[in-house]
Amino acid sequence: MTKQWDVIVVGGGNAALCAALTAREAGSTVLMLESSPFEWRGGNSQHTRNLRCMHDGPQDVLIDSYPEEEFWQDLLKVTGGLTDEKLARMVIQESSRCRGWMQKHGVRFQPPLSGALHVARTNAFFMGGGKALVNAFYRSAENLGVDILYETPVDDIEFDGSRFVAVRSGEKRFEGKACVLACGGFESNREWLREAWGQNERGEWPSDNFLIRGTRFNTGTVLKVMMQAGADIIGDPSQSHCVAIDARAPLYDGGICTRIDCVSLGVVVNRDAVRFYDEGEDFWPKRYAIWGRLVALQPGQIAYSIIDSKAIGRFMPPVFEGTKAQTIGELADKLGLDRAVMEKTVADYNQACAPGTFDHTILDDCRTEGIEPAKTHWALPLDKAPFYAYAVRPGITFTYLGLKTDDKASVFFGGERSPNLYAAGEINAGNVLGKGYTAGVGMSIGTVFGRLAGAQAAIAAQKQDAGVDHVVA
Amino acid sequence: MSSLDTLTEQAINWHDKPLSKNEKEVSRIMTICNACRYCEGFCAVFPAMTRRLSFDNKADLNYLANLCHNCGACLHACQYAPPHEFGVNVPQSMAKVRKETYISYAWPAPLGRLYERNGLTLSLATAFGVILFLILALISQGTLWHEPLAGDFYAVFPHNTMVVMFGSVFSLAILAIVIGLVKFWRDTSPGRPSTPAMFEATQNVLQLKYLDGGHGLGCNDEDDRFTHRRRVFHHLTFYGFMLCLAATSVATIYHYVLGWEAPYGYTSLPVILGTVGGIGLLIGPAGLFWLNKHRAPLHGDPSQQTMDRGFIALLFWVSLTGLALLVWRDTSAMALLLAIHLGFVMAFFLTMPYSKFAHGFYRSAALLKWSIEKRQPNNLGLGSE
Repeated sequence: MTKQWDVIVVGGGNAALCAALTAREAGSTVLMLESSPFEWRGGNSQHTRNLRCMHDGPQDVLIDSYPEEEFWQDLLKVTGGLTDEKLARMVIQESSRCRGWMQKHGVRFQPPLSGALHVARTNAFFMGGGKALVNAFYRSAENLGVDILYETPVDDIEFDGSRFVAVRSGEKRFEGKACVLACGGFESNREWLREAWGQNERGEWPSDNFLIRGTRFNTGTVLKVMMQAGADIIGDPSQSHCVAIDARAPLYDGGICTRIDCVSLGVVVNRDAVRFYDEGEDFWPKRYAIWGRLVALQPGQIAYSIIDSKAIGRFMPPVFEGTKAQTIGELADKLGLDRAVMEKTVADYNQACAPGTFDHTILDDCRTEGIEPAKTHWALPLDKAPFYAYAVRPGITFTYLGLKTDDKASVFFGGERSPNLYAAGEINAGNVLGKGYTAGVGMSIGTVFGRLAGAQAAIAAQKQDAGVDHVVA
Repeated sequence: MSSLDTLTEQAINWHDKPLSKNEKEVSRIMTICNACRYCEGFCAVFPAMTRRLSFDNKADLNYLANLCHNCGACLHACQYAPPHEFGVNVPQSMAKVRKETYISYAWPAPLGRLYERNGLTLSLATAFGVILFLILALISQGTLWHEPLAGDFYAVFPHNTMVVMFGSVFSLAILAIVIGLVKFWRDTSPGRPSTPAMFEATQNVLQLKYLDGGHGLGCNDEDDRFTHRRRVFHHLTFYGFMLCLAATSVATIYHYVLGWEAPYGYTSLPVILGTVGGIGLLIGPAGLFWLNKHRAPLHGDPSQQTMDRGFIALLFWVSLTGLALLVWRDTSAMALLLAIHLGFVMAFFLTMPYSKFAHGFYRSAALLKWSIEKRQPNNLGLGSE
């Protein structure tokens, strides 16, 4: 007879682990199917570093308070209203209650890292980062007797109507009484990205130049299976959390260290050596998430962040050395950009910088006058050699396209709720985060929905047992 | 101190030397880590790293390497660890540079090469060599097998002979270590230690603070699980060793100040200290040896396992033979047991400055520098707006 698990969890990142642990704690037998080998387990969670949490007063590593309303307003602002208030408020409230549980399973928190003090009030940092969190959850899962299979990418799902029956991975078939899908988005599926982004007016396929900051295993196979099975879908496939990262970053798993943090301290030019957006619009942590898309819209999907020596030591050190030159012209030559245009761009900018008092910690009064686009803060002339340039490309962190779910994490087919299929993590984050991003909110959504989905799946499995018993009796 | 100045003069040129291959690797890795910083909470290496923007200074790299306790936490937590193409392995790269520190600061310099070879074989060969010599000496005197002497060691080897032999070798060994350490200290130019800095560093050394993982759960051995095993075994080893040292010191005071000659009774202070210390020095090294054999392959530098194990094994045998001598000191085998014990002790003393023993000194110096440095203002205001 085929073995049947109470709960099958598809995926191996934070949401999957939260679901598996919660279901196991509720007494279910649990099978976790992670597509990656052991070394790469944890999906995008291995690259995360903190959890955005609501709190009404100081809590160990969290200072002051971050009340529900403020969290909600932040979410409303970044998503531009593309959110579901009921689900969002549930995530926010639960985010204040999950840390004790996480600690019980071995996760440890620490005060914010140097260079990340701006989120000291709102975000609890994982000691050692996301991979340490993932390791702790896996250890706990093993200790509790969760069955874990690596290198088992699910490529098909069996249904009976809207009821989940089994998953398939190649020749293997795993039956479960309930199932949680927590296997991420589709950002590492190059074909799908191409399809979603299409061809631009220059005849380019922009997504061909995208780098993936996270796991290479988020190919969206299960998402596609679900779409074909008629599941209700939410989100725009061309929307993703997309930041500007060093163009030399690896194609996958570049993670945090490939970010370029000096945009607001200099100017950014495109392949034609001209500026295209206000580099000093707002504090960098509030703006870094728009620059991926801005660069994606430029020719060749590449741009160059240019600073002078005044900026050195004022931003987080980049992982790769910048291109260094004694003059702007030489810098243009080294970058392969048009020397004359570059010199004019910088000269025009330098001339437009109005006198002011530079202060990187406030929205200061150093701004340009009379050029387009303006630089509205921290505009200092680039005049202190040597000059440095960092080539940047769009780096996709995650996609928003996902499964529509309700406040029970249930999956729907044509408006009909599945009795035993749930979704959590990046695959359902679009319900709360239709677009935009704010640090640590992905982990809040994954943790809350992961635990919820695990608990609901355990209940669904028990119900099925009760139902079967009833029939037998 | 003027002679010490002469001895440490060569240190000044050290900065001009190009980075070694291993130092370049630490430099490459620290550049990646400094752009990530997720591990900042684990130990002192990462906060020390964040006070720097570039890693092209030999002294800095050797300081950071010796600050690293090889706990393994940052390796298991690393999103850039192998098989990632960045191939970040902080503990391993640091371990390789640490060995270079020991070698480049060894005194006399040519003996630094011994670190390469100071493995289990050399340690035991030295011990057996000395033992053989002592046994042959006893045989030639006809005193190898004897009537029970009630533990009177001096009947076998005269007290003054032992003092001269072991005292001089031990003093030379300590001198060699101190010279290397002073050179290292000058090169890392840490500034003057304040009392709180010294207090903190001492505490960090004596508690093995940075084997606690930063969260108090301990460090890693076979895998990503945290345990206190390494810390506990190291404590047993270190404090066991210190108790044995205390036993010898007390005995020296008894002998020279109070005029009480050995052997001392089982309830005397030197014997109690030596016995308790000796037991610690059995369990501790045995545990460390076991852990060393079971460490995750990516931890540390595999080529140093032999150095680690040679040192651990010597400590174990020094203790085991010492305890055996105590138990059977009233029998005819005392001379033989004494020869064996002294052989191991002599081997330990001889190899001391060029063995894993050095790690404690350089580590302590690095920890003191960290305690000084962290109290100095940090001039970097990295975009934490």
